[in-house]
Amino acid sequence: MKADPKGVLTGSHYIDGDHACCEGALASGCRFVGGYPITPSTEVVERFARRAPMVEGAHFIQMEDELAASIAIQGAVWAGKKAMTVTSGPGFSLMMEHIGLAVMTETPCVFVDVQRGGPSTGLPTLPGQADMMQARWGSHGDYEIIALSPNSPQECFDLTIDAFNLSEQYRVPVMFMMDECVGHMMERVVIPPADRIEITPRRYTALPPGEYLPFKPGPDMIPEMFKAGDGYRLHITGLTHDFKGYPAMNPEVQEQLVRRLVDKIRLSEPKIRRYEEDGVEDADVVVVTYGITSRVAVEAIEAARKRGIKVGMLRLVVVWPFPEPRIFELACRGKAFVMAEMNYGQIFYEVERSVRGRAPVVLAGHGGGTVHNIDDIVKKIEEAHRCLS
Amino acid sequence: MAKTEIKIGGFGGQGVILTGYIIGKAASIFDGKNATMTQAFGPEARGSACSAQVIVAADAILYPYVKRPQIMVIMSQEAFTKFSPQLDPNGMILIEEELVDPKGLPPTVKVFGIPATRIAEELGRKIVLNIVMAGFFTAVTGIVSKDAMRKAIESSVPKGTEGLNLLAFEKGYEYGLGKVQAQ
Repeated sequence: MKADPKGVLTGSHYIDGDHACCEGALASGCRFVGGYPITPSTEVVERFARRAPMVEGAHFIQMEDELAASIAIQGAVWAGKKAMTVTSGPGFSLMMEHIGLAVMTETPCVFVDVQRGGPSTGLPTLPGQADMMQARWGSHGDYEIIALSPNSPQECFDLTIDAFNLSEQYRVPVMFMMDECVGHMMERVVIPPADRIEITPRRYTALPPGEYLPFKPGPDMIPEMFKAGDGYRLHITGLTHDFKGYPAMNPEVQEQLVRRLVDKIRLSEPKIRRYEEDGVEDADVVVVTYGITSRVAVEAIEAARKRGIKVGMLRLVVVWPFPEPRIFELACRGKAFVMAEMNYGQIFYEVERSVRGRAPVVLAGHGGGTVHNIDDIVKKIEEAHRCLS
Repeated sequence: MAKTEIKIGGFGGQGVILTGYIIGKAASIFDGKNATMTQAFGPEARGSACSAQVIVAADAILYPYVKRPQIMVIMSQEAFTKFSPQLDPNGMILIEEELVDPKGLPPTVKVFGIPATRIAEELGRKIVLNIVMAGFFTAVTGIVSKDAMRKAIESSVPKGTEGLNLLAFEKGYEYGLGKVQAQ
């Protein structure tokens, strides 16, 4: 379906990534944000709080903490809203428990993490990309989520819409992994007319109360939802539950439920995957990167090409699920890899795992606070190139 | 294609960030170029020397930060001391000449001065000094068009102050044209 024009601020804007993320959420139909403002994500909720009174049905509540924010959005979702919460590393840590709940209850929602330098309170006003593994593994138990990483304010708008759409399609919490640099940089953001924005509607059941089973999966492994107040009986729990949603704590139901929660994402990886490649086919060295670092990596790649090295780039737009099959395929064709990210090795290990020993993988990492020096990435490209000879 | 790196510095309250925002908006929204603006967030942005950084280019801007600005706009001595060593030796610096003593610059740097605060005071509101500087910047550098800057100012300043701000812009612009012709 097309976007509701009430939430779409069509036109060209000169805004930062945080504001663009807020506009993306409004355009995608998000009508509830529960938040506990934290630098460098505050501008997202500031804008939402200011815009909400102008958009019919939109509400913002500043909650008492991140636990409350991340559970309030799930209540809003079951009441029929699209919802998100917004935070940075320290708040993201506190939200982990409720990310697990959203996974288990298959509550479609978006968690925005504008990453700053960590660990702990770290560098509040400076960028990092070190919450990438936390986004994937931070809550306990076995699960899969989807994570996206924008590299410009325009993408903060575009990909926030994709984040909401994916969350509705797969009934999964989607992690929107920005960073301080992308969040605070201002660039032109073009917001198209509402009729050019594609929105994935919630998957509501057509079955009447009595026949409907809230956690019985459809053919694509995704169960249908209903809206609270529409006359359906519902029990939602973080405990292992049967098709009715009632606790059923035995290995058979566990196997059925948790395997499905994992497989509905894992088996859909070819459909969810999204990356951009440049010059990968005839490259000797492939730089894998994402988010703001990808922009710096392009300059490094251009510099390395001038020095005669055949370098390509694979930019992850969807970071989770990870495009392991593509990395393995490239590794089998004798390419070396450089992983450029603003941490001391997170997605690096994922690349290393994916190549299964068939290709050298070199980390171009640093601890955050600013983006990479272009020369540092060039040196790693040269190092990876030397590994091939 | 070459990109132009611009750094605007002053003390908190002079409208440093708004000046950068207006230049970036003019270039990217109204001139059809690309412009990336970043700013220092943190204790330094609250009262002491603060800065806005804008990169303007015809092509896509990749690396997001300003490293060696070719153009500086400086509105306080502290900002001059802090930021002027970063200036490209072949670059130019635009100063609020009654607030900044541009000592110690390489002789290759072109210096353009304007009494922006006094001009703003003569217009009745000292607060528009940054828009006087923006007009001066437009005339001296030619990085953004006058028309684009006027549109960016009109759409960025508080409602009801558009006339005053556009007047401030014109004053700065005229002063800048005079300086350029004199050189």
